[in-house]
Amino acid sequence: MANLIDKQPKGVELRGISKIYKDPKTGKDFYAVHDVSLDIAPGSFVTLLGPSGCGKTTTLRMIAGFESPDEGEIYLGGQPINELTPNKRDTAMVFQSYALFPHYNVFDNVAYGLRLRKVPKDEIQRRVTDILALVELSGMEARMTNQLSGGQQQRVALARALVVEPGVLLFDEPLSNLDAKLRVQMRTEIRRIQQKLGITAIYVTHDQSEAMSISDNIILMRGGVIAQMGTPMEIYYKPNSEFVADFIGECNFLKGRVREVTADQTVIDVDGRPVAVATEGARQESAGSEAEIVLRPEAIVIGDEGMLPCKVELSCFMGSYQNYHVRVGETLVKITDNCPVNKKIFDVGDSAFISFDKHCAHLL
Amino acid sequence: MAARQSARLERKKFFGDPVMVVTIVVLIALLLLFIVYPLAILLVDSVLVRDTELCSAEALASGELAFCTQDGGTPAGRDAIYVKLPLVSEEGGEKLVPLYSRISLFPRQAKLEDADGPLYLKVVNATDRTAWQDVRKLMEVSKTPMTYKPNGRLIKKTEGLEPADVCVQLRKNNWSLDAFPRIFKDYTFNRALRNTLLLGMLTGFGSLVIGLLFAYVDVYVRIRSRFIKKLFDVVSMLPVVSPPFVLSLSMVLLFGNSGLITRKILGIYGAKVYGMWGIVIVQTLTFFPVVYLMLKGLLKNIDPSMEEAARDMGATRLKVFTTVTLPLMLPGLGNAFLVTFIESVADFANPMIIGGSFDTLATTIYLRITGGTYDITGAAAMAVVLLCITLILFMVQKYVLEARTAATLTGKASRVRMLIEDKSVRYPLSSLCMLMSVFVVLMYIAVPFGALFKLWGRDYSLTFKWFAKMFSEGGWKAFKDSFLLSIIASPITALLSMIISYLVVKRKFRGKGFIEFTSMLAMAVPGTVLGVGFIRGFAGGVFRTGFLQGIYGTGLILIIVFVVRSLPVGTRSGISALRQIDKSIEESAYDLGAGSGKVFTSVTLPLIKDSFFSGLVTTFVRSITAISAVILLVTPRYLLITCRINEYAEKGEFGVACAYATILIMITYAAIMIMNLVIDRFGTSRKINGKEGA
Repeated sequence: MANLIDKQPKGVELRGISKIYKDPKTGKDFYAVHDVSLDIAPGSFVTLLGPSGCGKTTTLRMIAGFESPDEGEIYLGGQPINELTPNKRDTAMVFQSYALFPHYNVFDNVAYGLRLRKVPKDEIQRRVTDILALVELSGMEARMTNQLSGGQQQRVALARALVVEPGVLLFDEPLSNLDAKLRVQMRTEIRRIQQKLGITAIYVTHDQSEAMSISDNIILMRGGVIAQMGTPMEIYYKPNSEFVADFIGECNFLKGRVREVTADQTVIDVDGRPVAVATEGARQESAGSEAEIVLRPEAIVIGDEGMLPCKVELSCFMGSYQNYHVRVGETLVKITDNCPVNKKIFDVGDSAFISFDKHCAHLL
Repeated sequence: MAARQSARLERKKFFGDPVMVVTIVVLIALLLLFIVYPLAILLVDSVLVRDTELCSAEALASGELAFCTQDGGTPAGRDAIYVKLPLVSEEGGEKLVPLYSRISLFPRQAKLEDADGPLYLKVVNATDRTAWQDVRKLMEVSKTPMTYKPNGRLIKKTEGLEPADVCVQLRKNNWSLDAFPRIFKDYTFNRALRNTLLLGMLTGFGSLVIGLLFAYVDVYVRIRSRFIKKLFDVVSMLPVVSPPFVLSLSMVLLFGNSGLITRKILGIYGAKVYGMWGIVIVQTLTFFPVVYLMLKGLLKNIDPSMEEAARDMGATRLKVFTTVTLPLMLPGLGNAFLVTFIESVADFANPMIIGGSFDTLATTIYLRITGGTYDITGAAAMAVVLLCITLILFMVQKYVLEARTAATLTGKASRVRMLIEDKSVRYPLSSLCMLMSVFVVLMYIAVPFGALFKLWGRDYSLTFKWFAKMFSEGGWKAFKDSFLLSIIASPITALLSMIISYLVVKRKFRGKGFIEFTSMLAMAVPGTVLGVGFIRGFAGGVFRTGFLQGIYGTGLILIIVFVVRSLPVGTRSGISALRQIDKSIEESAYDLGAGSGKVFTSVTLPLIKDSFFSGLVTTFVRSITAISAVILLVTPRYLLITCRINEYAEKGEFGVACAYATILIMITYAAIMIMNLVIDRFGTSRKINGKEGA
């Protein structure tokens, strides 16, 4: 059990990858993926995140070899793999529909890749048993795949991909067919197994909470290009565009003008009031230019006094938090006030103030 | 440009997969050779007219060979060798004929220094075989007791052969469109063309009306009796199981001159069953189940709420049928009509047995080839005309009507239909259908009795003498040959059609369109046309080079014809089975390291096992009951059941014909039973879909 996978994980490198498709309606060529460059470190868990049609699945399928890039080169473990067919690449994919072989039982499904590699019989037996234990499916070897629940099928698909010890493991929205509760459980499981085996994993999803909870790094894509990449925390608190901020969680945008730039903070004029936002390094903005503050709803505190006056337009108890929509000047701001038991609850029509820590705000 | 790289990579990946490349290349070669080429050669043959030239072989025979070069001089060094032959024709003169040093695929001209070995003269003989005659053997005239007459027919001569009798027939190719104007002026052809089209119309309409009636009753009318439902099933299955001409046989038995019903029951003497109406009735009864099944599927897809809405607004049932149901199914009806039309036009066996003097194109072509005239060019031109008819209709059916059917009737009916309980509708319609079904079943039952009665029309006592006669006159051999050839063709077809479906549905490559189209094309090619194409294409070898000439006249060519004829059916079922399978299942196997071949054998094939089995049996049944193409290609070395039935029916020995047909029906029925059993037992569907033991 200790060394289930003896092989070293491999890194993946994408150098200027593009994929051109023909639009079926207009007949014009367009970039499904455009000039994507990535460097995925061995053993890391990277998520390709984005709305549908952003090119994330196409990118994954190019790494697997099902699609060929029109520009650029893909490297796996330092070797160029552009010309290799999927069966010659050291990758294993977990499909959205699981893609289990319905005519095989669980054992044969998992053993499929090993048999292709002409692994001796007793070793197949051992490795399949071990991997099934890892995904907690021991004793299910003889079941047909249609006798399994969705979650179990997912585990078989995972085991089947893991058992061949791929240099990199690919996931194509593997949890989208599961119900919400099971989805949360499975993603923890996938993360646990990946960390235990130290394998490189590339994971495609459109679910931002899934991406946040599971990844070392998130690559957010939009319209075939990378919008931002970074750790979940970077992406969440320091989005580089309105799109990124909006896609990852709920977000408020406060518009204003730069009043003053210092070494570690920038002061913004919002409706005539100064608001400080922590900024690192030398920023280009000069006084008077337009700026936008990105604020997460949970970073805002509502109270009788604070930085900016507001009017409450919606106040709603959600259980773990109180949900407010308030109007600051012209802008609608959403606030989630956690654990509101002993706090003052504002009603619709009340006047109040909002404030926030300057480190929790981010300047676009 | 940018798009180049992926194209290059795809190509690289494609060629990195030798199994796939080889499969595709072999497949395309096979399709080209056995489907496209025979049809193309027909076209060429009807345009290209070959004049023949006869040269006297006297010079050869007397041993006075005059070797020369191309321009008549004395050969020297590496000059090609020609031989001077005097022409037999009226003008006389001499002809220079190239000599070949050996028989080979691409014979080269002999050089002087090669002339130590045997020298061959290229000769085209009357059966249209190209042969290379050994010059030295030609000189020994007495050992080749054959002579070639100017009309190209072979005359055997055993005694009194003079060297002057031996001629060498040489051919000249001439391009001319002579054949088409000629056959269009030909009275027999024009009559046959008119007959064929008329027959197609009548059969098409007849089958459409009866098929629609059955489908409507099945889908719309409540039928309580389980017996009637069972009867419907039997009627729709019978034509699949039975050889194509069984109904013709029973038609003669029941309604013929000494028919059971006409003479015995109705007391009519001299009833005329042969002719157009006989064929129309037989073809309608043979083809209407196809229409029934097609329309049944269509009617089931009509959303009942549409009709209920019309009814709700005050339309009578008839009005609903004419204003809602019928317009909705119009493309489907057109589709069904064309399918029947094509089948009718292509049908050979029924017009042959029951047509009498009513010749269709298919029978006329057959008679042109086998009859006294041996007008190959004319037959080829007629085959081209017949092919054009079916091909155009097939295109219309496939690309226009099928698409429109799918467009008007998409998706499933939303609810269960309220069946018609009204007795004034129920009773007349269902009894009409029942009468029809009983009639059909009766027709089939007549066949075994035809084999068991002592003398049909006279003596209705039971006997086994027809069976005995059948077996004493080569019956065993016929069954053995038919069975053997069909059983060899089955796995080949089943496997090929599964491979084709896999490539068409799951892979992307150049030439895919060609493979898909060509394998479906065979559906539109009448058997007779294919038969003529094979004769023209392979009798002298491919392009008359002698290549593959060996297969002509053997069992192999019959097997190939069986495969070609069944390929579209198997491919269609394979394609629809594969479309149901999630693409990612195969991708996942591919991703785990399986090559194309491995993916196909370990994943694809097991998943479409059912389709494979049914392809196996369908091919077997179609092959063992096939007649139209093989009757032109079969040689006395092989006896085929269907050809024997035709033979005996032509001779008027219906007892023996029925005995053959009875056993043939039993074989095909058994085959289908076994198929159902196997699919039930070992098929994939139950294991995958059923939740046994879960």
